[in-house]
Amino acid sequence: MKRCLRLIRRRLLASVPVLLIVAILTFLLLETAPGDAVDAYLLSIGGGDVSVAESLRKAYGLDQSTTARLWLYLTALARLDLGWSVAFERPVLSLIVERLPNTLALMGSATALSFVFGSLLGVIAGANPESSRDRIISAISLIFYSIPSFWLGLVLSLIFAVQLRWLPTSGLETIASGRTGIDRMTDIAHHLLLPVSTLAIIYTALFLRVMRAAMAEAWRLDFVLFAHAKGLSRFRIIWRHVARYAALPLITMLGLQAAAMLGGSVVIESIFAIPGFGRLAQEAVAGRDTPLLMGIILVSAVLVIVVNLLVDLAQAALDPRIGASEAAR
Amino acid sequence: MSALPLSRRHVLQISSLLLASTALPILAAAKDGPKGGRLLVAADSEPKNLNPAIVASNGVFFIASKVIEPLAEASFDGKDGLEPRLATAWEASDDGLSIAFKLREGVRWHDGKPFTSADVAYSALNVWKPLQNLGRIVFANLTSVDTPDDYTAIFRFSKPTPIQLIRNALPVVSSVIPRHLYEGTDIATNPANVKPVGTGPFTFAEHKPGEYYRLARNQTYWGKDQPSLDEIIFRVLPDRAGAAAALEAEEIQLAAFSAVPLADLDRIGKVPGLTVISRGYEALTYQLVVEINHRREELASPSVRKAIAHAIDRSFVIDTIFLGYATASTGPVPKNAPEFYDADVESYVFDIEKANALLDEAGYKRDKDGNRFTLKLRPAPYFNETRQFGDYLRQALAAIGIDAQIVNADSAAHQKAVYTDHDFDLAVAPPVFRGDPAISTTILVQSGIPAGVPFSNQGGYVNPSLDAIIAKAVETIDSGERTKLYNEFQKTVAGDLPLINVAEWGFISVASERLLDVADNPRWAVSNWATTALQP
Repeated sequence: MKRCLRLIRRRLLASVPVLLIVAILTFLLLETAPGDAVDAYLLSIGGGDVSVAESLRKAYGLDQSTTARLWLYLTALARLDLGWSVAFERPVLSLIVERLPNTLALMGSATALSFVFGSLLGVIAGANPESSRDRIISAISLIFYSIPSFWLGLVLSLIFAVQLRWLPTSGLETIASGRTGIDRMTDIAHHLLLPVSTLAIIYTALFLRVMRAAMAEAWRLDFVLFAHAKGLSRFRIIWRHVARYAALPLITMLGLQAAAMLGGSVVIESIFAIPGFGRLAQEAVAGRDTPLLMGIILVSAVLVIVVNLLVDLAQAALDPRIGASEAAR
Repeated sequence: MSALPLSRRHVLQISSLLLASTALPILAAAKDGPKGGRLLVAADSEPKNLNPAIVASNGVFFIASKVIEPLAEASFDGKDGLEPRLATAWEASDDGLSIAFKLREGVRWHDGKPFTSADVAYSALNVWKPLQNLGRIVFANLTSVDTPDDYTAIFRFSKPTPIQLIRNALPVVSSVIPRHLYEGTDIATNPANVKPVGTGPFTFAEHKPGEYYRLARNQTYWGKDQPSLDEIIFRVLPDRAGAAAALEAEEIQLAAFSAVPLADLDRIGKVPGLTVISRGYEALTYQLVVEINHRREELASPSVRKAIAHAIDRSFVIDTIFLGYATASTGPVPKNAPEFYDADVESYVFDIEKANALLDEAGYKRDKDGNRFTLKLRPAPYFNETRQFGDYLRQALAAIGIDAQIVNADSAAHQKAVYTDHDFDLAVAPPVFRGDPAISTTILVQSGIPAGVPFSNQGGYVNPSLDAIIAKAVETIDSGERTKLYNEFQKTVAGDLPLINVAEWGFISVASERLLDVADNPRWAVSNWATTALQP
């Protein structure tokens, strides 16, 4: 337990400079992108004269120097103020609070599903590497892993929403239906089924392959040989020794995947018209909305840090060697 | 002519008044059709400001035009192409210094307050003239608005202002907002900009960001038995394939503004219950234009520009890129504007040999690789068609020995590169014709526009005689004379080619066959939908 607390403290301290670097680099990167929020806005309204552009730049603070704006942003950030979105004319925080739960629901369910199915199928395939069962599962997973998510999403939508009419094509819930409570939850689940399945199908393949590869490797290791020698049952060897060993890279993968899925949700959220984080990020880039995009990236960075911390804790629980050296210091 | 007691202008003015007043009972006549129902429409964006009095753009009008009304709307068969809305008649003084609007009586705002001339005066002087993107041009010389009574508004101008321009601009620039909600507040940040209050057939009910806008029937609308629908919902569907799927699954009944890609129209038109409609956008005609940077020595030569014009196969562009949903352009004014359109201009038939000969004559010989010179080509990223035309243009130019290098960028970057930094040789642009050359077209060729103005002449083209025509037309109050000036304008542009007009197109709607009274005016998608009905 002490080992875990130490790990948490060290990680949280280390995350402060990480976030600062992320903030500064993102800001500078956006500065180098040609065109600003005023260019993007004037385009959306079909033009405007020079004085309109000037007064907008002044109102957005874009008439100030890069360093002045960066300093302003960082000092506000120190007060935990994420600033004002110029593309939405709303506080960045309120936008993020509004959209993040949708993405977390989408991403969380997809990650959980793909993790469960992926590891189970991975155990089945890895229980007997190079068997025909393993070959069939691996081949199918490779096919699914190679399918682009937007294509799979559209095909699933075409089959289940347009042809069979079992599921809605898009949206987060039935529009202006006035549903509440459990009824609304069911409605949302009904709407999320297609996007979650799309993401889950693709990522199941990923977890499956990692699990299978780690298990195939574990069979060759000495402790497995020893377990055989002890006369343990094959079932017990698979679950208690091989699968447990193989779960370590899988959990590392889970941490990496959480970050990747934030990005992957951009495409799925657009196709299925889900008002989520990914779509917000895309709109922020198109609108050159620096404060909003900064807010999105910082919140994503915090999420990734937290997920990685959880991953480390889980690994420490699975493998006593992890964190032992830190504890010794 | 002026010795006659009644000039032609007088007759026109009086007859327009008469016609406008007779239009009233026709408008009010009840339509026998289905009543009620919820119309679900695809929307691809969510404007941050829904006030069309400030932002006169199609994205805003699409939603807000059902809530906030203009003085007059565009019409296929109305006098001067107009149908009365909040104004019932309009008349200009002989000197062009004032225009009197007779306003509709008995109209109420959605919050119950009466609509009067004070609202019109407030909107004109405090919003249209100082704040609105187009009103700043149209009402630049507006000095005051007199309101002798609640239903008369007299616009007074410091310089003669053509009634033709005002009439053509009315549907776009004259959205009236309630004075009682705006006066004494910061107009730009007024909460009514995102939750609009108007006089229109629908009231603004709610906006769920990222999901939908909901408009509800205005039970006390002035149009008798209007509107037909109970509710309109604009569903935010950012993905175009997603919009098509939602139509096929009968989750929505309308996708306007070409939300369904051209390539899908053939297939979706065959889906039972759906219909493809190409009417209803005549007053929002988009033009496919090649913008030219005249700072490039080669492009400053008229023969080189003419050679490029001859190298473009317009019928190929129409058939292959627009799949037939477009018309070839002859000049800067589209055929959809018959009031101004002049076909008698210099034309450029597709002729590679002639193009090559022109370039040879101009002294740009081919090098050993067959190249004459290299150009930087920036296609605007806003439409599939502008990007595809960029690819086509590169090939067309290769055929005449010009090596065009395509530079792709996203919208904001393209905007800055072309209209502020002038970092282009050729650019593909989709300007829109808004009913009058003075508010949409002349800016594309007029000189003296500072850098940073989007969709304007940033190619460094200067032609004093063209500038003189443009300046004269802005203050010519006789409509016939003014039209003649614009004919001259078209001849000059087509002859000298400050830019090359290639094609013109309107958007396409895909609608459920249950939807009635669709596309019944030339700005239908951005009009009030008071008569649009849904069969159960």
